[in-house]
Amino acid sequence: MLDTSAARPLVEITGMCKWYGEFSALHDINLSVMEGEKVVVCGPSGSGKSTMIRCINQLEAHQKGKILVDGTEVTPDMKNIEQIRREVGMVFQSFNLFPHMTILDNLILGPMRNRGVSRKEATDLAMHYLERVQIAAQAAKYPPQLSGGQQQRVAIARALCMKPKVMLFDEPTSALDPEMIAGVLDVMIELAEDGMTMVVVTHEMGFARKVADRVVFMDEGEIIEVAHPEDFFSNPQSDRAQLFLSQLLGH
Amino acid sequence: MDRNSPPPAPPRKRLTPLDYLLFGSVAALVVYAGYRVNDVLVYNWDWSRVLGFLVRFDEDTGRWIGNLLLTGLFTTLRLAVWATLLATVIGIVMGYWRTCENLTLRIISRCYVELIRNIPPVVFIFIFFFFISSQIFPAMGLDDIDPDGALVANPVFHFLFGDPRLLSNFLAGLLCLAMFEGAYVTEIVRAGIQSVQKGQWEAARAIGLSRTNVLRDVILPQALRKILPPLAGQFITLIKDSAIVSLISIQELTFLATEVAATTTKVFETWILVGAMYFILCYSFAVLFAWFERRAARSRR
Ligand SMILES: Nc1ncnc2c1ncn2[C@@H]1O[C@H](COP(=O)(O)OP(=O)(O)O)[C@@H](O)[C@H]1O
Ligand SMILES: [Mg+2]
Repeated sequence: MLDTSAARPLVEITGMCKWYGEFSALHDINLSVMEGEKVVVCGPSGSGKSTMIRCINQLEAHQKGKILVDGTEVTPDMKNIEQIRREVGMVFQSFNLFPHMTILDNLILGPMRNRGVSRKEATDLAMHYLERVQIAAQAAKYPPQLSGGQQQRVAIARALCMKPKVMLFDEPTSALDPEMIAGVLDVMIELAEDGMTMVVVTHEMGFARKVADRVVFMDEGEIIEVAHPEDFFSNPQSDRAQLFLSQLLGH
Repeated sequence: MDRNSPPPAPPRKRLTPLDYLLFGSVAALVVYAGYRVNDVLVYNWDWSRVLGFLVRFDEDTGRWIGNLLLTGLFTTLRLAVWATLLATVIGIVMGYWRTCENLTLRIISRCYVELIRNIPPVVFIFIFFFFISSQIFPAMGLDDIDPDGALVANPVFHFLFGDPRLLSNFLAGLLCLAMFEGAYVTEIVRAGIQSVQKGQWEAARAIGLSRTNVLRDVILPQALRKILPPLAGQFITLIKDSAIVSLISIQELTFLATEVAATTTKVFETWILVGAMYFILCYSFAVLFAWFERRAARSRR
């Protein structure tokens, strides 16, 4: 699917550990994501999936190990963390749109403040991405006036407006009503087809099968298994992955 | 049954005999109190002298002009407006510090709030007044300001800050009140900031906003919207609390009322009138703010 020999790693995590107080939330995480690669992360609730991807843009600080984003090391006390964050788009489970701003203002805020783009230019860019996620008609509305699925598509467009090199998704469809999920997944599949580098925490097996180059299975703060999606879903190696998959399928 | 028929009328609320009894006893109490003052204290009611201190007829110009009490009312209003503005600025800075990660800032703001909340207001104002009148104002050169200078001797200045000759007196009261109320505004702001969901901080940081921008563009606008109603309530509280600065001779309504009561010896009339003035002022603002709030709620749908 992907020729990894020619590509460079955009995200490189080596030996990363994280504690919450005494509790070890992540232990010895090693993961490289190549340019253009799509990685799906799954695992039981509380296994540290969110914590891991949130360390990449330092919404959470790691205490040990190394994280490189496009060759630059990311540390908790770094000064120019904003320059890293603009290369790393993030989409949250609960959308987190700014409710006091119109959809359009939600999208142009980042480019204007972080990249110093003019309002006109930012607006053009925002409308381009709103059209891509099919929300352009709602640009002047406020987030609470939109359905959950629409809000999540706006959140994706907001992240894309920063022209990031890699996109992180933290369970983007698990807060949605079932009939809204397909619309959001379609946008993500399209994004994947355009060659975006993506790290997606999700339990949508259909999506993983379709776009993922690799599936990362986590449990209790560790990466247990990394495999091609077909292999992982049909023939998981570890007992914990087998248990997880059988529970996911409900039998 | 016809679906289009109107719903039945709600039962009418009637006053029961018990309610009448209650009203009756309250009225009786008031009449009795009046009777005691009149007949037992042998008090001569005379409203005209006191009302003369509200407005009086100026023989020279042939016009009605405001007298001491009305001047005091405006000073109180000016004090309240400026002190609220200043307290809001203090409150936003301190309230943000209360939620900061920086330990030093958190300690400073926490000390400020706890200090003021655990000292009686009067005591605080005596201490603080001594400090500003003996240290800050001389340092600012406020004591030797020229009351006839072009900067201060104009109607705009007069409207905003009152009589220039009383400027340092006014500012002393203003600072005391603002410092004092600032602690309460700090807590309102802190609650407002903390009521904004954690996800808003994260989303704002994730699109690469700096700390200042996160606060200015995302958190404060949402927090301020939530704290506007309690802030309006605090403004009304401040109008009432402002009476306390009469103790350090700030020439506002209560201070001037003390003087009027002393010169006229009409104690009851003066304080009843002044009470009514405070009531009208505060209640008007309460009604106004309630109206704004309803309108804001409606426009938000
Ligand atoms: N802010 C926090 N403070 C303390 N513990 C936390 C915090 N955030 C997450 N945890 C703990 O860390 C573990 C991993 O959490 P998380 O990364 O959210 O898991 P997942 O996303 O896989 O469900 C969980 O046990 C959770 O309780
Ligand atoms: Mg999670």
